[in-house]
Amino acid sequence: MAGNRLLYAGAILAIAFETMFTYMSPLVIRTTIDSIIGDKPIVAPGIFHQFIEFVGGVSTIRDQLWIVAICLVALAVCRGLFTYLIGRWSSGASESIARKLREKLFAQLQSVPVHFYSRWKIGDLIQRCSSDVETIRKFLGVQVVQVGKSLIMLAVVIPILIMLDAKMAAISMLTIPIILMFSVIFFLKIKSVFQIADETEGAMSAVLQENLTGTRVVRAFARQDFEIDKFEEKNAQYRDNVYRLIRVLGVYWGISDTLVYTQSGIVLIMGTYWTINGQITLGTLVAFIAYVEFLLWPIRMTGRTLTDLGKAMVSLGRVKEILDEPIENQSGWSNDTIPVKGDIEFQGTSFRYDEETPILEDINISIKSGQTVVIMGPTGSGKSTLVNLLPRLWDYSNGSVTIDGRELNTIQRKYIRNHIGVVLQEPFLFSKTLQENIQLGKSGNPGESDIIEASRIAAIHEEIESFEKGYDTVVGERGVTLSGGQKQRIAIARAILQNPPILIFDDALSALDTETEARIREALILRKGSSTTIVIAHRISTAIHADLVVVMEKGHITQKGRHSELIKEEGFYRRLWELQNIPDNLAPPEKDD
Amino acid sequence: MILLAVFMIAVAGVDIVMPLMTRYAVDTFIVPKNADGLGLFAIIYLSITLFQAVNVAIFILFAGKVETGVSYGIRKAGFSKLQELSFSYYDHASVGWLMTRITSDTTKLSEIIAWGLVDLVWGGSLMIGIATVMFIMHWKLTLLVLSVVPLLFWVSKKFQVLILSSYREVRKTNSKITASFNEGIMGAVTTKTLVRETDYLREFTHLTDKMYSSSFRAAVQSALYMPLVQIASVMGAGLAIWFGGSGVIAGDISYGMLVMFLSYATFFFQPVQEMARVFAELQNAQAAAERITSLIETDPEIRDHENTIQLIPSSLRGDIRFDNVGFEYKQGQKILNNFNLDVEAGSSIALVGETGGGKTSIISLVCRFYEPTSGKISIDGQDYTLYPLQWLQSHLGVVLQTPHLFSGTIMENIRYGKLTATDEEVIRAATQVQADAFISQLADGYSTIVTEGGTNLSTGQKQLISLARAIIADPAILIMDEATSSVDTETERLIQHAIDKLVKGRTSFIIAHRLSTIRNANRILVIEKGNITEDGNHDELITLKGRYFQLYTNQFQEEKTKEILK
Repeated sequence: MAGNRLLYAGAILAIAFETMFTYMSPLVIRTTIDSIIGDKPIVAPGIFHQFIEFVGGVSTIRDQLWIVAICLVALAVCRGLFTYLIGRWSSGASESIARKLREKLFAQLQSVPVHFYSRWKIGDLIQRCSSDVETIRKFLGVQVVQVGKSLIMLAVVIPILIMLDAKMAAISMLTIPIILMFSVIFFLKIKSVFQIADETEGAMSAVLQENLTGTRVVRAFARQDFEIDKFEEKNAQYRDNVYRLIRVLGVYWGISDTLVYTQSGIVLIMGTYWTINGQITLGTLVAFIAYVEFLLWPIRMTGRTLTDLGKAMVSLGRVKEILDEPIENQSGWSNDTIPVKGDIEFQGTSFRYDEETPILEDINISIKSGQTVVIMGPTGSGKSTLVNLLPRLWDYSNGSVTIDGRELNTIQRKYIRNHIGVVLQEPFLFSKTLQENIQLGKSGNPGESDIIEASRIAAIHEEIESFEKGYDTVVGERGVTLSGGQKQRIAIARAILQNPPILIFDDALSALDTETEARIREALILRKGSSTTIVIAHRISTAIHADLVVVMEKGHITQKGRHSELIKEEGFYRRLWELQNIPDNLAPPEKDD
Repeated sequence: MILLAVFMIAVAGVDIVMPLMTRYAVDTFIVPKNADGLGLFAIIYLSITLFQAVNVAIFILFAGKVETGVSYGIRKAGFSKLQELSFSYYDHASVGWLMTRITSDTTKLSEIIAWGLVDLVWGGSLMIGIATVMFIMHWKLTLLVLSVVPLLFWVSKKFQVLILSSYREVRKTNSKITASFNEGIMGAVTTKTLVRETDYLREFTHLTDKMYSSSFRAAVQSALYMPLVQIASVMGAGLAIWFGGSGVIAGDISYGMLVMFLSYATFFFQPVQEMARVFAELQNAQAAAERITSLIETDPEIRDHENTIQLIPSSLRGDIRFDNVGFEYKQGQKILNNFNLDVEAGSSIALVGETGGGKTSIISLVCRFYEPTSGKISIDGQDYTLYPLQWLQSHLGVVLQTPHLFSGTIMENIRYGKLTATDEEVIRAATQVQADAFISQLADGYSTIVTEGGTNLSTGQKQLISLARAIIADPAILIMDEATSSVDTETERLIQHAIDKLVKGRTSFIIAHRLSTIRNANRILVIEKGNITEDGNHDELITLKGRYFQLYTNQFQEEKTKEILK
């Protein structure tokens, strides 16, 4: 930030120099015409005299007029240098502030807890991160310098005017309060007109979007003409509102121009009158006519600055709302030298999103390292919430959860997440290549054979190979679209490659057909014992091989045991089993452990 | 347009006259120390000021009129075209892409057309006006001054190309940043569980670095361009003072002439920067214009045939016949091949089979959303491409898998099926599908506003409304893609009842998922790999113990499982 302030200070200083050089060239031209070509005495700052003397006096320059031309170009070069510096420094500052803001937002969005995302709409968040940041950037790039320029001009010109002649100075500033007030009132008004235009545009876009997403319905009922009329209405409304906005603007510029010109006119006419009366000199009048421009320019810009400032403040507020959200606490125990075994113990664990609605009540499960647990139950019974407690996406409200005997909520989030592989119900793939997506969970650079091995277990290797670019196929908008089942298997490969001590499948096998699921399950069994595995599933076939099956209903555990035990008791599991009609010979032989 | 130009020229004219006022005041009043006529001068000055203000306001209004008129026209044409274009077009163009064409591209184009035009006419007439005055005053000196103009144009062209490509880079990076934010938000949970925050932020930082450097480059180029234009302009003034001054000294040019000439010479270059900017923007607009024209000029693939029958039948019975129909979405990807099917008016056909087998293609063909690539489809004995498209589709009723409702009231949504329907008719239709009960229970009843995407209604309720919408249209042919999403048992029963009502007495094609729908159909077709592998009613196919039997039992199991899981 300090660097940016310095850049701004430099830019504003450069403005002072730029302004100086800008007003020197007319002076050079006037001096040349009046005193070098003409024969009037030189009325210009001392430096001009010195320069003329240095070159060899008026007569020399008179014979060598190209010197003047060179001088003019030299002045333009000097001025240009400062113009360039203003642009460079102010954009340097505003761009780097925008960059910081974007990075801060991105980091914030990565650090907020999961429930943040259930409260915010994605479209809204993106709007804030893109167009609001852009509005702030524009304001910083243009208006900060502009305001600096205005202030410098006013600070320089007002004392000069008062020193020159107090009465003329008063006259010069006569309409300024009116113009200022007018600007403020007008831009308050235009804000509401602007908002209306914005809203009608939104309405028009909505009709368009609905039409495009509902094309099939439109065609099916042959309602094209009806749709055209509907759009026509919004289109015309939008046209009229934009035109209204422009009309307001037109009137504003017309009136403010009149006021500004009138101000110049008053100076000219009163000045002329007083000059004739002998109250002021011609020189003073000429100076006033020139300087009144310095006074009016910043005043004219006020309206614009005010609108932009208003917009920027709104945007800043919207961005701050995101930045002010609390982030996940990252403190807690971690120790990379002790390997996580994967013993998990739920003891009287309960969880609720808010005071009223309990999601999980009195959960007791004991899982030994390397075991496979299958959780089953109707939709909304709390299965997902239960497994999401383990990577600390949610924190339990009461009771205790321990991993390897250590209380979970004293363990650092990042640490525990590093030791848990999660395959979500709706897995997310990043727009990278398949290989990159698979190796995301693995720190360091896993070998190609490991990646292929993981893909084999996830039953996706052959399909990846059948793509034209194989593992280098890019996923997402700019690449291929994968089916839900393919995405899930990629995510499974990702988790397997990670080889974590704890592996969670959050309903990640259900979208696969029975055959594929069986293949993956068998492959997983082959490497059984290396990870504690928790699977949320709907198929009995998944549960048959589990060390423990947990049935959840309405946030409670209603049944717990092995497949062979559960089919003997009345309840959800048996009903499901009877329905899915698994022949007994598929069940594994009873074990004695 | 011409009027606009006249106003612009008037504005430019006043701009040319204004600097003369001060000189006049000094020469007429101050030097002779004579206040006579100062009042008149003041009046004239103020009149000119007012005139100019009115001019400014009027030209803004005119440009605004042009801008809003042009964008209105383009939008209208674009939207109408979108209503004609075939589905094959929509298969390739995303909604976002089309939206951008009709909204922001159109706005950008019309803005540049209107305001660019204003600036061009203003700048152009100012430059031409001043150049003319200068020529009359002293043509040799004028040529000298104008000699820097080619240099100016060259510099402008070079820089605008440079700046434009930099901004293109900026926009590209910007859209990547937006995509990154999108991904970061959508994939937040995945990122957390994989503990990828730091890596991901680092990748994002590469993008913001790139954004910084490319925006900074563009800004620096702009910052460099301005001074160059200024320097070139000053060179013109310098030449004028050098040679003009020498002329005065030599006695070739009068002193007063030089003074005037110089003030005009400086003035001449003022609009140059504006003009350069306008030219650059026009270039930029060209891309937008091309994209919009490509949309507006696309010919719809499916439209009324040249030999469309003149004598349109008053009604449609609904006999449908597929004769050796072949169909492919893309060249070489055959979906249907030599497909034959004869459907009697009034019978209901359930299509079953695995995804990708061609069920959706068959109903899309019946709807004439697509046309067969070979063979023909006849409706009531007539090749259906010979019917007027709108007429044909107005006799079809389509119920989609995901019911699409428009924002508006429930009443309006049902009325969409028959625009002339009275409120009573709408209520009757709703009653027929037993949707009336839940609608009446809503606080606003039929006036309940359906929000965007219908998020305030449950899936089942939306399905019932879309069924009411279909039944009010009273189509001869009904096409339905049954929803797979599960709804509560009570709604399920209502929907089933509604479907039975709807199917009665119409030729209907249903991609069926509900066992009851399938069982109730007159005819069940098992579609696999573009062929009918089994054809018959439920009892016949069950005794066949083939593919249908397998599908049916699977479905039976799934449905029961769903019931338990509910």
